[in-house]
Amino acid sequence: MGRTAAGGIGPIGLGVAVLWLSVIVLLPLAAITVRSFDDGLGGFIDAIDAPAARAALTVTVGVSLIVTLINVVMGTLIAWVLVRDDFRGKGFVNALIDLPFALPTIVASIVLLSLYGPQSPFNIELNATRPALVIALLFVTLPFVVRAVQPVLIELDKEVEEAAASLGASNLTTFRRIILPTLAPAILSGAGLAFTRAIGEYGSVVLIGGGIPRETEVASQYIQKQIEIDRFVNAAAVSVTLLLIAFVVLLVLRLIGGRAARREERAG
Amino acid sequence: MTDAVAEDLHRLVTESDAIAAQSHAIVVEHLEKHYGDYHALRDINLNIPSGSLTALLGPSGSGKSTLLRAIAGLEVPDGGTVRIGDEDVTYVPPQKREIGFVFQHYAAFKHLTVRDNVGFGPSIRKQPKAEIAKRVDELLEIVGLDGYQDRYPSQLSGGQRQRMALARALAVHPKVLLLDEPFGALDAKVREDLRGWLRQLQSETGVTTVLVTHDQEEALDVADHIAVLNEGAIEQWGSPREVYETPANDFVMSFLGPTAVLRGALVRPHDLVLSHEHIDGAVSTVVERVVHLGFEVRVELRDEQGEQLSAQTTRGEAARLDLAVGQRIFVRPGQPDAAPAPTTA
Repeated sequence: MGRTAAGGIGPIGLGVAVLWLSVIVLLPLAAITVRSFDDGLGGFIDAIDAPAARAALTVTVGVSLIVTLINVVMGTLIAWVLVRDDFRGKGFVNALIDLPFALPTIVASIVLLSLYGPQSPFNIELNATRPALVIALLFVTLPFVVRAVQPVLIELDKEVEEAAASLGASNLTTFRRIILPTLAPAILSGAGLAFTRAIGEYGSVVLIGGGIPRETEVASQYIQKQIEIDRFVNAAAVSVTLLLIAFVVLLVLRLIGGRAARREERAG
Repeated sequence: MTDAVAEDLHRLVTESDAIAAQSHAIVVEHLEKHYGDYHALRDINLNIPSGSLTALLGPSGSGKSTLLRAIAGLEVPDGGTVRIGDEDVTYVPPQKREIGFVFQHYAAFKHLTVRDNVGFGPSIRKQPKAEIAKRVDELLEIVGLDGYQDRYPSQLSGGQRQRMALARALAVHPKVLLLDEPFGALDAKVREDLRGWLRQLQSETGVTTVLVTHDQEEALDVADHIAVLNEGAIEQWGSPREVYETPANDFVMSFLGPTAVLRGALVRPHDLVLSHEHIDGAVSTVVERVVHLGFEVRVELRDEQGEQLSAQTTRGEAARLDLAVGQRIFVRPGQPDAAPAPTTA
């Protein structure tokens, strides 16, 4: 973005955008980073090296990775069905995708608790287990991959698949060698959003997850607890760690996705 | 295309075993296809000789692309049969038909280099890498894209992309080559170049080729045979000369070139003879406009019923007649050199 780009909005626009980003995003992030080092580097390391903190971070990242992987597969599949298949009620299903995202997350937690809690109508009690965390996070992160892949899939040239078929490629080969590489940047971008949303999620896991330390307690719950017992530095240090993980994951996915996308974007 | 290029192509195709000399006839019998209420193909019967270049010519919606796609296996017909060589392929999926298909909009694999695009077919057939690389290089030389191996399709011009698509289709030793409006997206100059080049390539390789086009000039220029389609049915099948000179009906007549209506019958503007004298069978008209198109002169006329028609004549003939707007002139079908003796008006 810059003054040289055609259609740019000039220095004032740029200034407003930077100021806005600074106030809304950078300032709080800077504040919490400073806060996390209130007791120096040693204090920071001690804070995240505490067994409960490490366990919470490990559980969070582990569960989020599983959730992201499932999302990559299921999200792509759902997007595929929504774009390629015609069935009654397609519009309704399409609208449904965004619902988990739009729903207040605490509502999601209550819904899941009534389904998989002690009064489960299916007799499946997952309350306060890691599978419960996975289910809760799958629920809230459903739209990311679907919505990232859908537009790319719509734009996908049907003739390219026919060309592959005429050259002898089976449907699976065509998907693996032609379609998947085209979708990869979108899938990665959706996966990045799903992952970063999952590691920070609080509302949907707070009831169904149970928050058992070193078992199902996720980072956000740990942070909440540390604040309640006035350990601000601990809370800030774990927060900054989450922030770093999110940043690195988004950056890496962006680099991988960007490399694939650049080849496509050169198209005239 | 220059002679040097043509010679080059000849040498490349003969020297290389990249394109196997195999020829298969295509036989289509009683082919039917519906899309809901829309009757896309009506009892299509077609016998495409092996080694020939056949054009399927028709306006949009005439079923020409559907027919080509049925031959390719990209559409499954409702009835009838398609045979390639000795094999009934009506219900054989495209993967197993051993065809080469070229699309109007190239259908390039954008995430793959030119090399990997062309090598895609052979690589699926699990051929050794070195063998694939050799064949890809040969094919790229034949299509004039040598040195472009590591480029991506987005770095090629439209004409180059279509050459790449042709190389990709030829890489699998197709029994038949099927082209769906292959030059439709290219500009006029490139289109003409590629057309000549395709003609040459086809006669060098001898691979049975079917080309879909809505451009009658392209069909007349490039094809050995033309099937003229309209509303899902074949109106006429024949050599370019046959369909142009002895059209089966008014549709074929008007689709293959400009026409004028004289006494309710269709005639070619260049088959109209103009004269100052009234000759039997001639129609009296008034000159409305004289357009000089280089060697040709188009004369726009209006007859006594107020109907417009245009005649095409040569520059010399126009000068001899000394045509002027508003002038009365007599028009009759025929050849100027075979003019009958004038009768008294």
